[in-house]
Amino acid sequence: MISWFEPALGYGWAYFIATIIDILAIALPLMLAVAMIIYADRKIWAAMALRRGPNVVGPFGLLQSFADGLKVFLQETIVPAAANRGLFLLAPIITFTTALIVWAVIPFQTGVVLANINVGLLYVLAASSLGVYGVILSGWASNSKYPFYSALRAAAQMVSYEVAIGFILISVVLWSGSFNLSTIVLSQKSHVWFFNGYILNPLLFPMAVMFFISSLAETQRAPFDLTEAESELVAGYQTEYSSMAFALFWLGEYANVIMMSALNATLFWGGWLPPVDWAPLYYVPGIIWLFAKILFFFFLFSWVKATVPRYRYDQLMRLGWKIFLPVSLFWVFLVSGYLMLMRVGVGS
Amino acid sequence: MSVAQIIKSFTLWEFVKAHALTLRYFFKEKATINYPYERNPVSPRFRGEHALRRYPNGEERCIACKLCEAVCPAQAITIEAEPRDDGSRRTTRYDIDMTKCIYCGLCAEACPVDAIVEGPNYEFSTETREELIYDKSKLLDNGDRWESAIAANLAADAPYR
Repeated sequence: MISWFEPALGYGWAYFIATIIDILAIALPLMLAVAMIIYADRKIWAAMALRRGPNVVGPFGLLQSFADGLKVFLQETIVPAAANRGLFLLAPIITFTTALIVWAVIPFQTGVVLANINVGLLYVLAASSLGVYGVILSGWASNSKYPFYSALRAAAQMVSYEVAIGFILISVVLWSGSFNLSTIVLSQKSHVWFFNGYILNPLLFPMAVMFFISSLAETQRAPFDLTEAESELVAGYQTEYSSMAFALFWLGEYANVIMMSALNATLFWGGWLPPVDWAPLYYVPGIIWLFAKILFFFFLFSWVKATVPRYRYDQLMRLGWKIFLPVSLFWVFLVSGYLMLMRVGVGS
Repeated sequence: MSVAQIIKSFTLWEFVKAHALTLRYFFKEKATINYPYERNPVSPRFRGEHALRRYPNGEERCIACKLCEAVCPAQAITIEAEPRDDGSRRTTRYDIDMTKCIYCGLCAEACPVDAIVEGPNYEFSTETREELIYDKSKLLDNGDRWESAIAANLAADAPYR
């Protein structure tokens, strides 16, 4: 696309405009996907509770999210008198933005990625760590009791599970020999027999499960949704928010969920590769395989939400620090030991 | 912890079982009905909106005995009566405050001529409070509108009374 703009604008401007278009090509469909995925979440949750879910707005209630969006858009943004106005309004923007910027490094197909950087995985970790600032700032800036408790919980929770996620990612990186997400995906090609993906590797399978559970904690979904435990904290850090500020939190939360689903798919389930390394399957565009995997993981997210009750806070901390951390640490040792023994993938 | 417990907790066995259960529920028939288009069956004894009935010849049944007014535990019924021109005793006023009514059905039980009844209708919500204070004409109107359903319900329940 750069070459298409270059004759008229010169390289610099052509690069700028092409990148902007690429960003929009990812962000706008993502927003649409978030709207539909909120609908899907409600439908799945309802079905598992033997309810019907939204079914009035549009055919099968498909337009429910847009109706909600319109309603929220027309409301007034209320800023509490005691709140720190600047930070209060900045917090949802941070949450929303950090949920979006991670998508820059998610590869959709061979070579189809906005920023094909070498340290893509580090970028993912860094950007998702920034996400906690939105929650902390909103809790602090609200100047209200329950949002503040919620922010404290969120900070502790996200930090503790990021430690475990770090070690899980290290074992993936050790195996693939790269931090680049495209390289990680390609290294999963026919990894076990003719199956694509690390998931069938007996050494990495427990890591995949742990990564999925950690991503539940990282996105504050049930059973780790202590930050918005409505029975204790009203609505957590979102309590004082209304209108578009609230919608941004809502969108950011679900964009985060899709992002974590994409990360699960990319790191352990072969990303854009078809599940089986069989030539006819490659005629299906890689982006469709990736979307299918993202949807599968999203279904898992909803499924878990509909099934398990919320953890107590000490249980959450115990799981993070006393089980996930030692186990993932041990697994890094195990994986690197096995790789040293077999001399595969390391230093290639 | 026993070995079996450790294996169970590390294989997330309880979680797997719970998820299998919710997946079964996912495909089950839904418990909720699509309300305005589908309705649950209503028992003949259902106590819904009140109605004042008439005889087949169009004469109103109520003889202003005021038993319903006396028995009403919520004191929602107000009756005033006078002899009519032809000498028969009739109500000049029959009000039910539907916001006071507790839908116990004692008025219908007390009525010696089956005049006041609670019909099968439960969709009479209004936007103002005043609309819920029913007068005689409203109640008679209800009776005319629901007569066939009310008569069928009374007939269905009659063997058990």
